[in-house]
Amino acid sequence: MHLAYPAVLAVLLFSVGVYGVLARRNAVLVLMSVELMLNAVNLNLVAFDVWLRDTLHAGQALTLFTITVAAAEIGLGLAVVLMVFRNRGTADVDRLRDLAENAEPADGADDALPAGHPGPSRAADQEKGRAAA
Amino acid sequence: MTVTLAALVPALPALGAAAGLAAGRRAPGFVRPLAVLPVAASAVLALLVALDLGTGRTLDAATRLTPTGGPAIDLAIHLDGLATAIAVLVGTVATCVQVYSTAYLRDDPRYPSYAALVSLFTAAMMLVVYSGDLIVLLVGWEVMGICSYFLIGHHWETADARSASLKAFLVTKLGDVPFLFGLFALGADAGTFRISGVLDAAAHGHLGHPTLVALLLLAGVAGKSAQFPLHTWLPDAMAGPTPVSALIHAATMVAAGIYLVARLLPVFLLSAAALVVLAVLAAVTMVGSGLCALAQDDLKRVLAYSTVGQLGYMAGALASGDRDAAVFHLLGHGFFKALLFLAAGVVIHAAHTNSLTAMSRMPGLRRRVPDASWTMGIGLVALVGLPPLTGFFTKESVLTAAEHAATGEALTRGLGPADAVPAAAGWIVLVAGAVTALLTGAYATRLWLLAFHAPAARPVVSALAPDDAAGGRAAEPHAMRWPLWVLAVPTLAFGVAGLRTDWLPSLLDGGSLRPSSDTAVLGTGLAAAGVLVAYTAWRAASRQVARAQADAANTALERAAAEHAVRPAGTQAAPEETPADLAADLPPARPAGAPPTHEAIDAAIAAAEAVALTPDPARTLLGPLLTPATRGFGLDRLYAAVFAAPTAAAARLARFLDREVVEGYVQGSGLGARLLGAAVRRAQNGNAQAYLGALLAGAVVLAVAVAVGT
Repeated sequence: MHLAYPAVLAVLLFSVGVYGVLARRNAVLVLMSVELMLNAVNLNLVAFDVWLRDTLHAGQALTLFTITVAAAEIGLGLAVVLMVFRNRGTADVDRLRDLAENAEPADGADDALPAGHPGPSRAADQEKGRAAA
Repeated sequence: MTVTLAALVPALPALGAAAGLAAGRRAPGFVRPLAVLPVAASAVLALLVALDLGTGRTLDAATRLTPTGGPAIDLAIHLDGLATAIAVLVGTVATCVQVYSTAYLRDDPRYPSYAALVSLFTAAMMLVVYSGDLIVLLVGWEVMGICSYFLIGHHWETADARSASLKAFLVTKLGDVPFLFGLFALGADAGTFRISGVLDAAAHGHLGHPTLVALLLLAGVAGKSAQFPLHTWLPDAMAGPTPVSALIHAATMVAAGIYLVARLLPVFLLSAAALVVLAVLAAVTMVGSGLCALAQDDLKRVLAYSTVGQLGYMAGALASGDRDAAVFHLLGHGFFKALLFLAAGVVIHAAHTNSLTAMSRMPGLRRRVPDASWTMGIGLVALVGLPPLTGFFTKESVLTAAEHAATGEALTRGLGPADAVPAAAGWIVLVAGAVTALLTGAYATRLWLLAFHAPAARPVVSALAPDDAAGGRAAEPHAMRWPLWVLAVPTLAFGVAGLRTDWLPSLLDGGSLRPSSDTAVLGTGLAAAGVLVAYTAWRAASRQVARAQADAANTALERAAAEHAVRPAGTQAAPEETPADLAADLPPARPAGAPPTHEAIDAAIAAAEAVALTPDPARTLLGPLLTPATRGFGLDRLYAAVFAAPTAAAARLARFLDREVVEGYVQGSGLGARLLGAAVRRAQNGNAQAYLGALLAGAVVLAVAVAVGT
């Protein structure tokens, strides 16, 4: 079999995977797209292993490793997604934005405060709120 | 045996200093013994070494300290009569100063470090005196510099002391830089740093550049021994405690420069130019300092300028090629100047002021400090150089040396040919020395009259006098009185040591130190003339002051009488209390009519005291020179304009470059990083897929770049 067929298939698979990772909103589907990309790589490895007639079959051995790693990765990833879904009620990647930078520019003094510590301004706000209440 | 003893002489005070510093806080009881005993032991050992070595012998011992590529550096001792005699002086004065300081600085919280530094100072001077190697000598020389910095700045709370200590340090260092190069040039020329080797090379004419070496060394000597133009630090050094002044002025520091020239005199004799330069420096120093001393108001500054002048005498003797006379004057001056400073300390302690003007309004000061006034009188007579005190013999020996040099037969005592000394040097020193003798007589007399001869006690003040007399003993603790008398003995009698050739001169280079009759008559006559002139001027000035006071009092009395004319005189005022009697030799002019009332007398006394005139003979004697002389002839201002101002300007430039330019770059880099961070922060929107998209785009760009590039 000509090398082009598995190579083109791998490219197609990888592209589908890239599209899924970049465009899908559901975290499970994103993980599945990652799997697609991994398997595209696996296909490449096996194909080139055959084409090069490697006596040690390094490509096939590496594929086995990749499959193992992928299995572990998907297990962890699904567990994370499950926990996120349980906590937030959604697995939409677009809405998981806790790590975004705040729109307001943070000053050095505020940065120095540990998270959750009520800074002076926050304490003042609480006072204001209580007074308003 | 002698070598061990000699090594202990500098080592003991140094160890005492270390121990005193270590004991300072933890064991305050040990501080005083640790201050006094090592220095005293060192003085005794110095005396033993001098006796053991005897006359006419030299002792050289050395261990190789550092093999260098060039001339090696040895830990060497070079002892001869010159070294041992000066070491005895240093030990004696240092011991007196330490004993005196235990009382003078009794309540000072920094006494432990002070005493340790004085010990270290002494050790460094002993090292300079005993060292047989120029580099080791330099070590002692520089240790003295730093000790003087710390000691002058002892009262570092005051701005005066801080600036004075900095000034002393910087000015002496200014001389020390050429000095260091002079030593290197000397070592390179002679092929060794050993003093004996250098002297050998000088004797055999192996020194290639004697003039250069001598002039470079003279810069250091001028700095250390306070010769013009580097003398300005010494009067300011009065900001230190008085015992430190005694130590610096008498035995250590300023003596080191003279000692070094005396030690290396054969090198200087090779260069007529250096001798003439030294003579000119000495002459300018002598006359200028005499005029300045006459104008100063601070008791200690008068003494400081007199030290500068006496050092000028020593330098003049060296310029005349006679180191015996210089060392003789150094020894004698060491004793009487230490005495003068320690006595001045007692007087200042009792008067609570340095100012001669204030002392001249303080009757009864002499009765309150009898020992100090007696010993100070002895010291001043010695300073003026009236026979038969030490100062007479030592100063006349200098003048004799100058006279011999002027006639072309300099007393080089076998260190070089007599014609090595140019006659010009002799003449310069002789003329300047004669003028200075006159000036010395004048300022010493002025000092004595102003400090201890306040006008007759006024009624108001004399009522207070008994209280002061009761407290008089407390003003002179024992530890402050006995060093005075210990130093008064050599001040009185040391001069005769030069009379016979087998006494002091045999310890030095031999030859006579007996004053020649011409210069003796000239010097003594001029000194006596100076004393008389100052006394006459003082009499005239005090009569003027008394007249002004009497006028003021009478005016006040008349005004009071006019006011009370309508009222009958109800009070009886004793006529003796009338302040017009203050002027004893003036007819007491009283307003006719009723005897004055108490209020009138009080008003008159107040008016008399308001006439704040001082019977200062300097005003009459110096005339228009008074103001420049008070300011040291503007030398400080000149230095401030020539050296200090450019330095300050350069410092401002460096500050500008640092603050505005360098710091601008630093701040700019920080600001740039912040702006960049703000821009990059925008990209962090929390959408993981956007990140991945950017990652992919970057990877594609890189891949394309690589593909196109290859």
